[in-house]
Amino acid sequence: MSGTTPGGWLLVFTLALPAGGMLAAFALGGRAAERIALAALGLGVLLAGAVAARVQAAGAPLAYLVGGRAPPLGIRLQADGIAAAMLLTASVVLLAVALFGRAAHATPPGVAEARAPFAFWTFLLALSAALAAALLGADLFNLFVALEMLTFAALSLACLDGRASQFRSELRYLFFALIGSALYLLGTALLYGAYGTLDIGLLAAHARADAPTLLAAALMTAGLLARMALFPLHLWLPPAHAGAPPAASALLSGLVVKAAFVLLLRVWVWVLPPAPAGAAAPLLAGLGAAAILVGSLVALRQERLKLLVAYSTVAQIGYLFLMLPLVLAGDAEAARRAWLGGVLQAASHAFAKAAMFLSAGLIAGAVGHDRVAALCGAGRAVPMAVIAFGLAGLSLVGIPPSGGFTAKWLLLTAAIGTGQWWWAAVILGGGLLTGGYVYRVLAGSLTVPPATAPQPEPQAPGPARVALALALVSVALGLLPFAAFGLVQIGRPGALAGAGP
Amino acid sequence: MSATLPYGVTAAALIALGLFGLVAQAAVLRKILACNLLGGGVFLLFGVVARRGATAADAVPQAIVITGLVVAFAATALAVALALRLHQITGAATIAGEPESGPRGE
Repeated sequence: MSGTTPGGWLLVFTLALPAGGMLAAFALGGRAAERIALAALGLGVLLAGAVAARVQAAGAPLAYLVGGRAPPLGIRLQADGIAAAMLLTASVVLLAVALFGRAAHATPPGVAEARAPFAFWTFLLALSAALAAALLGADLFNLFVALEMLTFAALSLACLDGRASQFRSELRYLFFALIGSALYLLGTALLYGAYGTLDIGLLAAHARADAPTLLAAALMTAGLLARMALFPLHLWLPPAHAGAPPAASALLSGLVVKAAFVLLLRVWVWVLPPAPAGAAAPLLAGLGAAAILVGSLVALRQERLKLLVAYSTVAQIGYLFLMLPLVLAGDAEAARRAWLGGVLQAASHAFAKAAMFLSAGLIAGAVGHDRVAALCGAGRAVPMAVIAFGLAGLSLVGIPPSGGFTAKWLLLTAAIGTGQWWWAAVILGGGLLTGGYVYRVLAGSLTVPPATAPQPEPQAPGPARVALALALVSVALGLLPFAAFGLVQIGRPGALAGAGP
Repeated sequence: MSATLPYGVTAAALIALGLFGLVAQAAVLRKILACNLLGGGVFLLFGVVARRGATAADAVPQAIVITGLVVAFAATALAVALALRLHQITGAATIAGEPESGPRGE
């Protein structure tokens, strides 16, 4: 908690590399932007891996005091287990999306610089920097700035095509985000007034369960829920995520929502005292359960492939909230399981949903439309993309041996272990509905087209390979040895230091 | 305490006005202005926090407000740019209606 730990400089590099890369890409422009982005995001994966390895080896969070000043005056960067795990997830997904984008967002030959590719590569780096800031920040106000940067970068990526429908849905997204951040900032003002600091570590040590703290937490929670699109604040998400280009959709659904969730956990598990948090957690989990059921049911009825995938995001976000009452139930073993389950759900959904949006984009590109009812022949035109969609679907449904299965199984056993069986029922029911909508897409895509149908045009295999790789990672998370998961417990309040997974 | 009370009440009024405007107004430009009112209210509250109970003003909330202003300015600029493009394309800057519409057939 106090002072810069050995290896703390890694955190500075993790932040400075994409931010510096963004400035360089903006200054140099054109083809250089693409090269800088690919190099910076590739290095980012190595840095995130190094951070995770250092945290795992030390068994304690990495910390860096900016300018050598300790909070409350100074600002602390910190990578605990959940931050390291999500950072690694984010860096891999970002690199994959960058590799995918090489085909769709290349600067056309014969042109020095084109608007859309230049914007894509620059904002991709901006998004990477904002994600790093949102995961590594330990000061509630700095986290606010990181979330705003994240929104600006994500929104700009989503509007790349410049269609009127995109502008409309992204403006709606922006207004939801702005209301959310104003409520969040109001909460931080109250917390600062009550405690004179916004450092999460100091707040965790001093927070009382009094009226200003509870009001601040309620405001911040409401703001973050608007950003995460938890039911019933989800209406902005499907058009915003489905209308974006595939690469942007993958980032919005896979990563941007998760950054707000990590911040929500910081407020609920770190800042809030356990008693009021535990009392209010079932309310959030109830909304999460409603999101799972409503999101999955609406996804089942969607006629458009990308909207179906976007509603699936609404549902899968719901699973994240089920971990709160289980972590805060006061049972150490169940808390450990639920925590791991929740983080694993966030990571495996990030990989799976990114794979799904990328492959949905490829399928729509090959078939020429994205109507779910008429996907016949897609399996022949882009077989790898359909396989990627199917594998990602397995992880979302929770079929073993996928990352989604391990996540949902851990949440399920934690729910039964704490006697809260109703959450287990929601998890199982949600899996069934998820299976339904994944089946709709796969059944349509794998239908053999009539012999008179025109032969599909051959597609370049590169982008489909990226989508398939992401889907495979999301499945492979379920095959990791349990010892590797000890990482996510590091730094969690209430976790015994050095306890096994 | 009483010296800061009018500011606190003004901050609350600004926040309420801003929230109401964001929800009730259909035109994008009015929503953007409402966002700025809302932000102004929150920043004023930081000012109240900085003055309260201290003989000299606390510098940290001032730094927070300055950073917050930069962020709010960026958000406003982005929103206005989006609204302008929307107006150029469609001839109207409103986000009401067709809530479920996805991408047109591509």
